[in-house]
Amino acid sequence: MNDREKPVGQQKPMETPAAHGKKSDVKPAKLGREVQARLGQQLRAMYDDVLNQGVPDRFADLIKRLDVNGNKDKQ
Amino acid sequence: MAMDDTVRNSILAAVPSLRAFAISLCGNVDRADDLVQETMLRAIANIDSFQPGTNMSAWLFTILRNHFRSEYRKRRREVEDSDGHYADSLKSQPEQHGHIEFAEFRKALGFLPADQREALILVGASGFSYEEAANICGCAVGTIKSRVNRARTRLAEMLNVNGADDFGPDEQTRAVMAGGGE
Repeated sequence: MNDREKPVGQQKPMETPAAHGKKSDVKPAKLGREVQARLGQQLRAMYDDVLNQGVPDRFADLIKRLDVNGNKDKQ
Repeated sequence: MAMDDTVRNSILAAVPSLRAFAISLCGNVDRADDLVQETMLRAIANIDSFQPGTNMSAWLFTILRNHFRSEYRKRRREVEDSDGHYADSLKSQPEQHGHIEFAEFRKALGFLPADQREALILVGASGFSYEEAANICGCAVGTIKSRVNRARTRLAEMLNVNGADDFGPDEQTRAVMAGGGE
């Protein structure tokens, strides 16, 4: 059911300096706390930007419409 | 279970986070909104299979995620022209965080394998536990953990933030704040 997917971006890979062995004493599986925190911040910032947009009218209207169609006794 | 106010309200209440999840997954606002709409329709059509008392949000995320995956298989070729659309959607509130850095982050996220990306978002942004994320993705908890780890590692590589030195003033400020002052 959950097979592996190909990466979404099949385009040219971004440069990955670590892959070129540029002084990588960093173990790939173990990131520092600061790095993790920083990535987490950016991820949440991106996410929160959308959350802050609230519920677009499109979806509020949809729910209303569905209610009328699917629940007629309630009009 | 009838389509009562409670159900309707909880579906509606989940819309912002469903959109955030969908946009993070596919990087395109229009497509994300279509995904959310389809998720709502499916949820309502299958509302009888929702167990009252369980997590409505997780249930909706599961529907959205599965739908995205099946759509994704179909259009594997035409994915990812995200830049324009997503950037446009953010123009209203660009100044809060470094915009360029932000754009790079989104781009890097788009390069992650789909399974890693979804795991990272569910755990790192949507606020689900590893267990919940595992349920949503239909895999083992350990699998989610390793996907999240791999996602972070790859992001750090792509964004070249492998060491504390790469953080610049932001990190120094934080170090000062953490270390000094009374």
